[in-house]
Amino acid sequence: MKEEDRLEEKNPIETLLRMDRIPHIWCPGCGIGVVVTSFAEALRKSQIDLDKTAIISGIGCTGRVAGYVKLDSIHTTHGRAVPVATGLKLANPELKVVVFSGDGDIAGIGGNHFIHAARRNMDLVIICVNNFNYAMTGGQVAATTPISANASTAPFGNFEYPFSLPYLAEASGATYVARWTALHLRRVTKSMQEALGRRGFSFIEVITPCVTLYARRNRLGDGLNLLKYYYEKSEIQHGADTRNVDISYQGKLIVGKFVDKEKPTFLDCMNEHLGKVLGNKYKPYGGNHD
Amino acid sequence: MKKVKADPEGVLTGAHYLDGDHALAEGALAAGCRFFAGYPITPSTETAERFSERIPTVGGVFIQMEDELASIAALIGASWGGKKAMTVTSGPGFSLMMENIGLACMLETPLVIANVQRGGPSTGLPTLTGQQDMMQVRWGSHGDYRIIALSPDSPQECFDLTIEAFNLSEIYRVPAFVMTDECIGHMHEKVVIPPAEEIELVERKWYKGPKDKYLPFKPDKDMVPFMVKVGDGYHFHITGLTHDERGYPVINAECQDVCVRHLVDKINMNADKIIKFEEDETDTAEIIVISYGITSRVTTRAVRMARKAGIKVGTIRLITVWPFPEKRIKELAKKIKAFVVPEINYGQMVYEVERCAFGQAPAVHVPHCGGWVHDPDDIFNAIKEASK
Repeated sequence: MKEEDRLEEKNPIETLLRMDRIPHIWCPGCGIGVVVTSFAEALRKSQIDLDKTAIISGIGCTGRVAGYVKLDSIHTTHGRAVPVATGLKLANPELKVVVFSGDGDIAGIGGNHFIHAARRNMDLVIICVNNFNYAMTGGQVAATTPISANASTAPFGNFEYPFSLPYLAEASGATYVARWTALHLRRVTKSMQEALGRRGFSFIEVITPCVTLYARRNRLGDGLNLLKYYYEKSEIQHGADTRNVDISYQGKLIVGKFVDKEKPTFLDCMNEHLGKVLGNKYKPYGGNHD
Repeated sequence: MKKVKADPEGVLTGAHYLDGDHALAEGALAAGCRFFAGYPITPSTETAERFSERIPTVGGVFIQMEDELASIAALIGASWGGKKAMTVTSGPGFSLMMENIGLACMLETPLVIANVQRGGPSTGLPTLTGQQDMMQVRWGSHGDYRIIALSPDSPQECFDLTIEAFNLSEIYRVPAFVMTDECIGHMHEKVVIPPAEEIELVERKWYKGPKDKYLPFKPDKDMVPFMVKVGDGYHFHITGLTHDERGYPVINAECQDVCVRHLVDKINMNADKIIKFEEDETDTAEIIVISYGITSRVTTRAVRMARKAGIKVGTIRLITVWPFPEKRIKELAKKIKAFVVPEINYGQMVYEVERCAFGQAPAVHVPHCGGWVHDPDDIFNAIKEASK
């Protein structure tokens, strides 16, 4: 069927998706799709140059996002999206580089890369979809699984302390930190717009339902039940101290924009420092755009 | 293949007294490498140190990453961002890089990795030599793929072969390796860096067609696909999953066959153009000593002793280690008594010689577990024994 013969109205974000790859692989009730919608919306609203925007993903359910968004996109290895993004950004500083991946990818196997990129204030936007478990492989316990929640490799409940990602990000040096749930789509979009419009290491955590695994194994019901949980238990606290935003099993979810501060980025520091020390001999680095 | 002259900015023309590690860095700068990501590891660190000192006045980026996993990952990002990129490491770091060497092969990404080998396994001998990663470079990442690996025998060749590695990696869109060792890495010798206009480089095979028609993995006539860089408006996708020409994942045996066969054939079919080695007196030889890197220099003395003793010895010095000069070994195997293969490991390239000799001539190994080079007498005795 030709495009012009289509009766239905075109989805406004279609131009930002690889429609030849739809339907996607995500389960009914999964929250990743709506985060992608928010991202597409943020791209549209922020009117940034899409030719100069790249998206890098790792491995896992959220790792598949790079494959569906119609930007220059690289689907990398497990945990390594952040260093690939670092190399890309440094090779061509005029790019806006977004890492879109899951909690296992970014904070589990990729945790070391995450904290070091934050430490350097690398100019990257990190969108971390947190569904509290390793979903692609069947619902194993993760570094974010709340204590006492069940997972396929924690069949009697999790007893490990989880990471509180906003706290980890801020402590490591992130200059923008926000957390939302899949219920707060307008706010997710706004945070993404803000992150796309600023410089420095920006971290956005979005808590999403994993209906097939996390919710089923913990008898939490379907997607709607989880959204109800987000509705009832989330509390917006902009500027909250990230030391106090950890998540307990089905407990309160403190969301909001926690950190938004200015600090020179890695490249700012490199250019300023080497310029000061080496004087005229230093070749300021802005990337080669030939 | 578009040839270009080196950018004089990075070329330190003149005669220098350099060690191999520093020569690697100068080779990279001369080749146009403007992105280096690395992690300190003995005995390779001096390359990173040299690059970090030189790059601020040449124009480019040096970044010390959090580990070797990140170093190689950053190279992949930088290469797709349009920069020539390099890292350097040694055994333990090389093991960590294996994961994303696979990704670099799968994404057909040009980049260069130098391995200044030390004795292993594990932490092994950080400050002492070895040639023990020769099979790891070939097979170390999981799955089937091919790479290109070169082995310098001097600081001069560390410079020359790093440029060569960059050229090959750009021509074939594949990771290229400079497999040197602690001895060469820390050996000071005269290194002559020619004027920029005498250094021939290969420009990346840029795609120039319509924006919506770009296929990142569609092989050209020479089997190598065209490349674009992130930020040029192609909105392309690439993935480490088995993929089709568009770069879209396709999870079935048919696509796997096309995808993997391409990675392997791209190098195999071009092997004759890639392979370089030096031959000496092989026409009349009864025994041929095959060696590479530092061991080829020790071999020189052993061969002199053998010739003095009246043994007809020829030599092959491998410059390209992978792909291996299979055809030539096969030919020579029919005419000689035996190959002698000294290397600083407990048997690696000797198995490749044995495979290629196809039972026509034995391949006698002269092992050394690492820590020092062979005693030339050991190689001489092996030659003597084999000639009986």
